[in-house]
Amino acid sequence: MQALTKRAQAVDRKPMTLMERLYLPAIVKGMAITFGHIFKKKPTVRYPEEKRPFSPVFRGLHVLNRDEEGRERCTACGLCAVACPAEAITMEAAERLPGEENLYREEKYAARYEINMLRCIFCGLCEEACPKDAIYLSETFAPANYARKGFIYGKDDLLIPDPKTEPEAYAKAKGERN
Amino acid sequence: MTLLAIDWALLIEKLVLIAVIVFASLGIALYTTFAERKVAAILQDRPGPNRAGPFGLLQPFADGLKLIMKEEIIPNTSNKILFILGPALAMTAALMTCAVIPWSSHVELFGRKIDLQVADINIGILYIFGVVSIGVYGIMIGGWASNNKFSLMAALRGASQAISYELAMGLSLIAVLMISGSLSLKTIVEQQMAPGHFWNIVYQPLGFLLFFVCALAECNRTPFDLPEAENELNFGYHQEYSSMKLGFYLFAEYVNMIMSSAVMACLFFGGYDVPFLDESALAPNIAAIIGVAALLVKIIIFIFIFMWIRWTIPRFRYDQLMNLGWKTMVPLALVNMLATAAVILWRAGV
Repeated sequence: MQALTKRAQAVDRKPMTLMERLYLPAIVKGMAITFGHIFKKKPTVRYPEEKRPFSPVFRGLHVLNRDEEGRERCTACGLCAVACPAEAITMEAAERLPGEENLYREEKYAARYEINMLRCIFCGLCEEACPKDAIYLSETFAPANYARKGFIYGKDDLLIPDPKTEPEAYAKAKGERN
Repeated sequence: MTLLAIDWALLIEKLVLIAVIVFASLGIALYTTFAERKVAAILQDRPGPNRAGPFGLLQPFADGLKLIMKEEIIPNTSNKILFILGPALAMTAALMTCAVIPWSSHVELFGRKIDLQVADINIGILYIFGVVSIGVYGIMIGGWASNNKFSLMAALRGASQAISYELAMGLSLIAVLMISGSLSLKTIVEQQMAPGHFWNIVYQPLGFLLFFVCALAECNRTPFDLPEAENELNFGYHQEYSSMKLGFYLFAEYVNMIMSSAVMACLFFGGYDVPFLDESALAPNIAAIIGVAALLVKIIIFIFIFMWIRWTIPRFRYDQLMNLGWKTMVPLALVNMLATAAVILWRAGV
């Protein structure tokens, strides 16, 4: 019968030779292979001490951004919540009062802004939807908590530190990206 | 008037020796569990346990603490007495072996000559075989008392495996005994140390190979770990066990490994003998310390080989195990025994 492909191979059903039946040469061969692995380089990344570099488009936990003067950029337009396919974002808007111009960039701001990290799929559509450059996905990931409610991140978890008062913390939260 | 003169110093000396040896074996066994995980990791290109303490050195204590703190579960359909007896027996039998192993020559302390061997009985090797056979009851009782079909199956496998391989082990041993003419481990070791004599491995390479394979089977180590075959029997005879009872079973396996390594070192590799070193020229205490170190090094090398084999060779199928045991090991051991006997007779010029 003609083979369908050139890769077809007949199964070798010859009885085992004496060397094969002795089994010991095969054991020695196997032992040599495992012994060789002692000297192999270990590919393990020792995680908490050592971290793998992320790609520049990595999508981790969200950050609510501030502008150069430390004012919140978010105007609570709700586009991110609409864009979110997992419906993880909720917010409540409030009007900026006179005297709060140093806190909020626009006349309207988010009084409450919550992201449920258990719902979030880290697709980054909120980042793309935002017209004010107010939300983006950072390099931090793997949040841990004992309770479910700890995964609902409010404004105090999300908001980036003020670049004017805490420049180091701001730079750390901002990460490598611009 | 004293009817019974008790040598109190001897009693104390032996008790101290027993305590030291038992605790040392337990300590080594503790770190053997750690070494097993490390060796497995290294052979598989992983770093292995490295979180607890420097290089993960406290890992065995963390493991032990975990086992002790776990909930103790005794199945309500099990036979409770036997269920508790099983691990106790396994552990006791494993530790009893160390009584006749000569750890080194002798030390001189306070003007007394102290043998570094708990009991130099003239049937030492038979004693070891007897105790090892009792150890099988640990597996059988544990498997039976669990009232679980997988455990029972594992116990049956363990028992039949132990019986099959003890036979070949005994036969391969007879050849060694014919060379040394003694059943005392101390005498066997001292003969190998004597000038003009080589280690028994030189005279009995096949005998050693057979003995080693049988030792793997007796210790339930891969490739003969059928009693605890994880993927077919769910963990085997200790499936229903939890907490420290499980710990005892696992621990007994490592103690067994150490003891069989020690026996192999004594029978075939000169025990506490250091090659190319004349121990009699040294001060007895120094020679004793060197001897202990030499035996420990040999034991560690054997344990490493045990582990190396475990992480290389897959488990035998049950029929393959029986085929190998009865159709290969026993005939080979018989041939080896007869050949040795013939050579001994020929050299004696009968």
